[in-house]
Amino acid sequence: MGGLARYLTLVPSSVMIGAFFAVPFALILLTSVSTPDDAQDYIYAFDLQHFERFATWFYIERALFSAGLCALIAVLSLLIAFPFTYMLTGFGPRAQNTWLIYILAQLSLSEVLIAFSWQILLSRTAGLANILVWFGLAEKSFSMAPSAGAVLAALVYLAVPFSVLLLFPALSRLDKSLIEAARTLGGSPLRTFFTVVIPVTRPAIISSGVTIFVLTLGAIIVPQVLGRPQHWTLSVLITDQAIFNFNMPFASALAVVLLVLSASVIFAVTKLTGGNKS
Amino acid sequence: MRALRWLYLSIFALYLIGPIMVIAAVSLNEKRFMAFPPRGVSLRWYSEIFVASDWFAALTNSLLIALCSATLAVAIALPIAYGAWRHGLRYAKALLAMGVAPFILPPVIMALAFLILFTSMGNLYGNLITVIIAHAIFLLALPLVTISLGLESIDRALIEASQTMGADERTVFRTVILPIAAPFAFAGFAFCFVLSLNEYIIALMTVGATVETLPIKIFNALRYGYTPVIASIAVLFVTVNIVIFALIARFSNLRRILGAME
Amino acid sequence: MSDLNIDGVSKHFGSVRAVEDVTLSFKSGEMVCFLGPSGCGKTTLLRMIAGLEEPTAGSITLGGKDLTRVPVHERGIGMVFQSFALFPHLSVGENITYAMRIRGASRSDCAARAKELLDMMRLPGVEDRRISQLSGGQRQRVAIARALALSPSVFLLDEPMSALDANLREAMQIELRKLQQELGITTVVVTHDQTEAMTMADQIVVMGRARVLQTGTPMEIYKTPVDRFVAGFIGTSNLLPARMTGADTVETCGVTLRVGTNVDRHKPGDEVLLMTRPEEVFVGHKPTKNSVPGRVTFVRDIGATIEILLDCAGHEVVSVLTPKDWPEVEIGQQVHVDMPEAACSVLAP
Repeated sequence: MGGLARYLTLVPSSVMIGAFFAVPFALILLTSVSTPDDAQDYIYAFDLQHFERFATWFYIERALFSAGLCALIAVLSLLIAFPFTYMLTGFGPRAQNTWLIYILAQLSLSEVLIAFSWQILLSRTAGLANILVWFGLAEKSFSMAPSAGAVLAALVYLAVPFSVLLLFPALSRLDKSLIEAARTLGGSPLRTFFTVVIPVTRPAIISSGVTIFVLTLGAIIVPQVLGRPQHWTLSVLITDQAIFNFNMPFASALAVVLLVLSASVIFAVTKLTGGNKS
Repeated sequence: MRALRWLYLSIFALYLIGPIMVIAAVSLNEKRFMAFPPRGVSLRWYSEIFVASDWFAALTNSLLIALCSATLAVAIALPIAYGAWRHGLRYAKALLAMGVAPFILPPVIMALAFLILFTSMGNLYGNLITVIIAHAIFLLALPLVTISLGLESIDRALIEASQTMGADERTVFRTVILPIAAPFAFAGFAFCFVLSLNEYIIALMTVGATVETLPIKIFNALRYGYTPVIASIAVLFVTVNIVIFALIARFSNLRRILGAME
Repeated sequence: MSDLNIDGVSKHFGSVRAVEDVTLSFKSGEMVCFLGPSGCGKTTLLRMIAGLEEPTAGSITLGGKDLTRVPVHERGIGMVFQSFALFPHLSVGENITYAMRIRGASRSDCAARAKELLDMMRLPGVEDRRISQLSGGQRQRVAIARALALSPSVFLLDEPMSALDANLREAMQIELRKLQQELGITTVVVTHDQTEAMTMADQIVVMGRARVLQTGTPMEIYKTPVDRFVAGFIGTSNLLPARMTGADTVETCGVTLRVGTNVDRHKPGDEVLLMTRPEEVFVGHKPTKNSVPGRVTFVRDIGATIEILLDCAGHEVVSVLTPKDWPEVEIGQQVHVDMPEAACSVLAP
């Protein structure tokens, strides 16, 4: 096969990626700086009014809230997932596969269904509150949602399977003789965990944290279903602007902000740690 | 220490599986009431999925979209991964990097991008084909990564061996590369299928106005009145997901795909 | 019929010169070993014969036909790879008949040929096994059978023994040599193991730093290596710095010795190395007409042979003797190392 033929086989894929990734991506950038027009709704120009609208305390507060919430979720889900993943890599292949299958299945579960299940869990009639009553910790059952805590709990639950899978490569490739060496030098299992396992896998922990951060920034349904409007994140606001207010230019401007926020966090952290991970 | 380990593992397992178990229990309720523990046991909400025409229509829509978009994604990914691996083409490597990007970004960004693109394309807006393409592009990263992993698992000496025995480029591809990489391509297909089936926001922004997929229908149901059908669908989804990933584990190398060393 | 000629072949990878101006010629039916340390270019040269690399310069002909620009799949060679490169997704039988099947051979022809080849490799009845069910030695036999399936005109093997256990290696070397003689097929083996080369080869090509250093029969190379590199690579050798004092005499360790071989390349006054093989030098208490003085530093008696380490004017000399030549020496004793004229040769320093 000649040199030209090699490129010819790439033409259909190039067209698809060009037309349906590069073009719409460029359209978002263009729309975010468009200007209102009577006849056509909006026309492409270089008008920063949508970004000026963003630069008010209401939206900046939303952006900061989103970033803070997602950072907290990244930390919590890593804390929950790390010890489990570490143990998982010590299991036999069969047990590992079984766990991985279940974790993948839950990870793929629609955010809609996660939101639904937590709504049930936190509800008055079928929820955890009934357990509190049963233990005598509460007078009578009550609803725990909508609340900030409900949003947090459901998003952490959403993020934990991802954290396990993100930590899995680094932990399963961790040279087990390092741990054995530390044990022969007199380190207790717990001490070895903190002085060997964590430092060695630090780059993976950081990059997983970043990925979880960006991932939860994308959550749309959980904040809507389990939170009040003051718990909405940027992603929810974008959906709201696009679907219910038909304001594409402002939705695009918010999307650009979200893009810059995610990209700069990814960039800053990969730059700081100097590592890269797929 | 051992007891502590077991305690932690049990709590973790309960945390992961507990909420799903509660939903499973709720789905068994006899009456149209979301109670836990369930009052009475029946499977009527499962039969409802297939009997109630609106739920069944949403299910078939979702399956059709998932099937087509997963096929399309694999078809787009295969030449790119092959060109990057076999010929080391820089252009293919650039396409590969570009193809992975949509999956890394928050999905609402791509969803909005598709909305703007397809509304500007006039009568194409709302057509089923738009969500198929959108999901294929959004999930392209999955077959790209799994197929690349599969190709990298092929020892280059196998290709040289087949050449010394008289195989030309086409024969090498057909008799060596394809059979070895196929399970990985299948894994990419299955990942795409599952995630497309569960995807909400992109489906909403492309065909939300005209077609109801299962996640869209569930979300609407959440807003306008509950029914235990949702719980039974959640259980159905978890089951489908488990079956598909078990298939991947059976016919491909799940741990390798997820990044473990052999 | 299938003489192999390599004419002025070079291969450069960017600025790296992997093979530099190699010219070689082999007769049909010969078994040739490319011998050298890793990175000497021997594998690259083999891959150019196979067509897996294209020479930067020069030409390769087989039986008078120029192969230089013929793509690999049209060359009709058989090759065994270092890793054996057996297809993991095919059974043993399917591996062996791969070349036939891609040419559209019938199922029955394939089955018959697979049986024939497996019988020849003394591995009958394993057609339906998976590759993963085979041991290392069995895999090698399957790889050899697969390469020979279409009776190629030239048979190439890249480090074929490196994946085997040490004790299996020797047996396979002998078996491979017998097979090659039986089939009369022109064969090239790449190896870094001198014993392997000595066991199997009609011709050894010693390579180093991208070039051919010496070509010859195993005995020629053992007896008369051209330089200290070849001498060091094949067998062990004693090297003493010396100076030519006449047409066939050298001065070393304060004495003058007569040299039997390899002297014509040097003239009186040249600084040279006097080379002897350990099994050709003897130790005694009296000087002989061709001996140097030395001191015993270590004695190792391993039954079949006795090894004496000596210090001759600051240089180490080893003598390996059979028990009947044992001179009754002790560590620290001053002795004389007899180096018979025929055993002495000189090398460029």
